[in-house]
Amino acid sequence: MTDTNETAHTRTDGGIDAGTDAQSDTPAFEIRGLTKRFNEKVAVEDLNLIVPSGSFYGLVGPNGAGKTTTLSMATGLLRPDSGQIDIHGVDVWTNLITAKSIIGNLSDGVRLFDRLTGMQLITYAGLLSGMDRDVVVERAGELLALLDLEGAGSTLVVDYSAGMHKKIALACALVHAPRVLVLDEPFESVDPVSAANIRDILEGFVSSGGTVIVSSHAMDLVQRMCDHVAVIANGRVVASGTVEEVRAGSTLEDRFVELVGGRRHGEGPAWLRRS
Amino acid sequence: MVATLVRLRFLLLFNTIKSSPWQIVATIAGGLYGLGILAVVVTVLIGLSFAPPELARTAIVLGGAALILGWTILPALTAGIDQTVDPARLVTFPIPLDTLLVSLTISGVLGVPGIVTSIAALAAAATWWQFPLAAAVAVLCSAIGVLTAVVGSRMLIALGSRLNAGRRSREARSAVLIVLLVLIAPIVMFGGQFIRQVSADLPRIADIVAFTPFGAIWAVPADVAAGNFGRAGIEFLIGVATFGAFLALWRFGLARALETPKRSSPTSTSTRGLGLFGIFPGSATGAVAARALTYWVRDPRYAQSLISIPVIPIIVFFIAGAGDNLGPLNIIGPVVALLLALSIYTDVSYDNTAYALHLQTGVSGRSDRLGRVIALAAFSVPVCLVATIATVWVVDTWYLLPALLGVTGGVLLTGFAISSVISGAVIFGVPAPGESPFKSKPGGGFSLMVSMLVTWTALIILVLPTLGLALMTWATENMAYGWAGLLVGLGLGAVLLVIGVRVGGDILDKRGPELLSQLQQQK
Repeated sequence: MTDTNETAHTRTDGGIDAGTDAQSDTPAFEIRGLTKRFNEKVAVEDLNLIVPSGSFYGLVGPNGAGKTTTLSMATGLLRPDSGQIDIHGVDVWTNLITAKSIIGNLSDGVRLFDRLTGMQLITYAGLLSGMDRDVVVERAGELLALLDLEGAGSTLVVDYSAGMHKKIALACALVHAPRVLVLDEPFESVDPVSAANIRDILEGFVSSGGTVIVSSHAMDLVQRMCDHVAVIANGRVVASGTVEEVRAGSTLEDRFVELVGGRRHGEGPAWLRRS
Repeated sequence: MVATLVRLRFLLLFNTIKSSPWQIVATIAGGLYGLGILAVVVTVLIGLSFAPPELARTAIVLGGAALILGWTILPALTAGIDQTVDPARLVTFPIPLDTLLVSLTISGVLGVPGIVTSIAALAAAATWWQFPLAAAVAVLCSAIGVLTAVVGSRMLIALGSRLNAGRRSREARSAVLIVLLVLIAPIVMFGGQFIRQVSADLPRIADIVAFTPFGAIWAVPADVAAGNFGRAGIEFLIGVATFGAFLALWRFGLARALETPKRSSPTSTSTRGLGLFGIFPGSATGAVAARALTYWVRDPRYAQSLISIPVIPIIVFFIAGAGDNLGPLNIIGPVVALLLALSIYTDVSYDNTAYALHLQTGVSGRSDRLGRVIALAAFSVPVCLVATIATVWVVDTWYLLPALLGVTGGVLLTGFAISSVISGAVIFGVPAPGESPFKSKPGGGFSLMVSMLVTWTALIILVLPTLGLALMTWATENMAYGWAGLLVGLGLGAVLLVIGVRVGGDILDKRGPELLSQLQQQK
């Protein structure tokens, strides 16, 4: 790992070209046989997934299906029990530093250093990834403007609303110009205008050759926004491919319910009916 | 409904304790500690029954008043004592206000502090066993006293809960408590002398306290025993009225709090531009240092670890006999260095899951370690220098200066090294960001105590060579030993710091994901 340390600390641009052009045909993510147990409970079991380079990939699944666990392992935050994860041909868990310079990560359910102002937090994230301060500061200002946080740049993050929290975390994920964006629930509690702005940013990122993976519960959004989708249930991928393939003529939501099951038909318990 | 809520309180407590075997051990250790104190109190109270009634009266009235006062004021400041069942979380349930009052009172009495207080109060009643009538009255009065204490502990919180909702006021409260704690040492020191001087007047003070809301109820049995029934009656009325007033105020405060639930109010704290991030070098290490130093300023949990620093000179001064022999003052520098250097060994635990950012960005473990040390060194080095030079100047022991600087520097550097290794290797149960710095997690205190013992021992062993040379200087008054001590202290410390940062950094690089999992579990 020491030899990758060298490259990680000399780069200034956060690794937008960390992979060479020769690798552009390799998938952005290739996950094989991924397994994770927490004590007795199997969270992810023999999961296989290929995310093509340049795709806008949606990850959907019921609560507790293993989406967050999978994304944490894929981004080097949670050590898998077994399995192989390659990002643009780089084995994540043997080349952590290189892999992390390629990834921009928005994790769900972790705190931020919220005693910093928004501006300071983005700067901190950029400097930690080894960027130049002048570049970070310039980008931080742009990101605040793009994410409708301009007025909040000098406010402490602890005083932000839930939606603003998401947006500042997204800015931290973007600041080092990653090649692959891994976003866990990026639209949760974000207002519709900001969500549309974020979508524009992500679509621009994909059309310029970047790869985006989002997990979401909003089926409509995934169907409109993503070109690929994988359905995860009980720690396994139950369907994956282009959105057209997966939804197979139906809506993504209906197809999801069909694949995952658990939809009840009925009118709820008798005692809850008013007449 | 009352039973359900009381059961809820115990369920919550057991679920927290159950989450790890260490917490069970720590809780038991804490319980034994409480039992020890209780045993002493009960013994003293029983012993008082053989003393003159006048003495028993003075002790019980003053002790009881302090008890109710403590119960009433402390929770309002710390916001950390038995909030197992937080009324704010019950807002959405249709529970009648009076049911809620009864349930919260019962859970308060059945908590560990409540049980300890109840037993102590019963022991106070037992003090009067030689006067059967007084003893019977005492049982009733003790019960009222305990209930007043428990209701008091809720009263100020409920009254202030709208005021307390904002982060600002929470932090302001912490600041008040920190200042109070800083002042406690001198108060205790001078207070001890004061009490010795006025001990003859204590019975008279007790007489006055017996007519105040806090002391009245405790004085009733003594006056019954002495046959002063009129006086006892008045005191009883004052005590009951106090209980009633506390209850009414609590009810009023709770009703208002339930109608206006907590919400965080925006604050005006702001920093234009980059703050410290523009001052430190624009490297990963510089960024970590800027972040850490910003937290020293903005996060009350860090301020809390500085409480003891200003008190040390005062304590040393009084231990030294307040003025006769100033020699012991010379140890102030090294002691301050010891406390400061070890103040970051819970640093990653304080980060909580925000540490994920370090992991996501792939910052090297060594930058992480070094940055945190630099932030601490930025103020601890000047503070220690000033402390050492000032003491040498006051005591006029300039010949000790090199040796003392060696010890102080050695302790500081070695402490940085030890902290760098420990904070990356062990996660402690510390208050989460935004929580009261004084909130203790079940078991957290015990594991912190054990680790403190280990780190202090390790540190003292590692600075022994320097310490030896300093003692030689003192014994022989030969400054050559002092200069050698300075060299050894700084040299050895520097080497240890390099090792500490490397080892600690390697641990972070290797175990980062496991650390994050641990942090997530205890969130």
